Amino acid sequence: MTRMWIWRNAAALAILCVAFPAIAEIPLAERKSGYDFMARETRAMQDDDTSNAGMLWVLDGEALWNREPGAGAKSCAGCHGDARTSMKGVAARYPAFSPALGRPVNLEQRINLCRADRQQAKPFAYESKDLLALTAFVGRQSRGEPIAVADDAQTRKFIENGRAAFTRRQGQLNLSCAQCHDDNSDGRLAGSPLTQGQPTGYPIYRLEWQNLGSLHRRLRNCLTGMRAVTPALGAEDLVELELYLMWRARGMPLETPGVRP
Amino acid sequence: MAARALINVPPKAKRGEVIGIRSLISHEMETGFRPNATGQLIPRNIIKEFVCTYNGVEVFRAEFFPAMSANPFVSFTTVATESGTITMTWAGDNGFHATESVAITVE
Repeated sequence: MTRMWIWRNAAALAILCVAFPAIAEIPLAERKSGYDFMARETRAMQDDDTSNAGMLWVLDGEALWNREPGAGAKSCAGCHGDARTSMKGVAARYPAFSPALGRPVNLEQRINLCRADRQQAKPFAYESKDLLALTAFVGRQSRGEPIAVADDAQTRKFIENGRAAFTRRQGQLNLSCAQCHDDNSDGRLAGSPLTQGQPTGYPIYRLEWQNLGSLHRRLRNCLTGMRAVTPALGAEDLVELELYLMWRARGMPLETPGVRP
Repeated sequence: MAARALINVPPKAKRGEVIGIRSLISHEMETGFRPNATGQLIPRNIIKEFVCTYNGVEVFRAEFFPAMSANPFVSFTTVATESGTITMTWAGDNGFHATESVAITVE
């Protein structure tokens, strides 16, 4: 009886191992952007700046870059000058460690810090049109640049926190991010490609949203699907996860603003 | 913020050639069927009409309805007849109006 029980369990475990092979990171050379999973038509939308709806936000962002926020404060251009040179490659390095805060901040938060500290203006709400526009505009200047977040003594701890969150089973479905996006990234979920979850094009114009959206919005989407706790937009947990994902995508070219189905 | 439009017309074409024209405009295209947080319907706010003229002659017209997506993208073709201006106009609810023009050289 006991022996049979053991065998039955061993067989079940063997089946499980086939269905869910052990968690392993995707080799660097085999990484693919969400772009590579898209239909030809959607790729064409992203490739042409007059078809890519994200460019509408980039144009708004350019206007905001040059606008003075009032009360005699300088515009972004007043300090940083021409974004095409001063912001080239910047978005590819975020999230970056902020010595003042003692933790990493992402590009949206960096823009808002600059706005509060240097421009003495009210920070934009997370996921607001203005913040998305400015982030898209700054991100656009790094299109094609390899993603290169800092991996040093200061950021290492936070990358590891992000990795732990990525591989931790959570939510009512008891799933981890890695089970889909590392182990089964070539598979499909409800007819859609799972993809590797490489954050190469944020903020993205998502056709489903009919809007531009941040990585945090996308992460909350996934977490809701897993029926897990969804941290607030801009929460430290999400920034750490973002940092890990950008580290995981190191060297891949930035596509901002990406178009995704 | 004013509506942003992105249009794509080839700057040069041969006489008689079929040219592709693409247009994209930022607009929320609120359907009028969605309730807000208090359960009341959000009033409809859509673009109702899109017109493209080529040196003043209408070459394309489209009526838009609530089922159209936000930020509508329209792609169509016309025949390059002469050098001049291609103008696109969008009009809709709440007095919405936007116009964009581009020059085309036909050889």
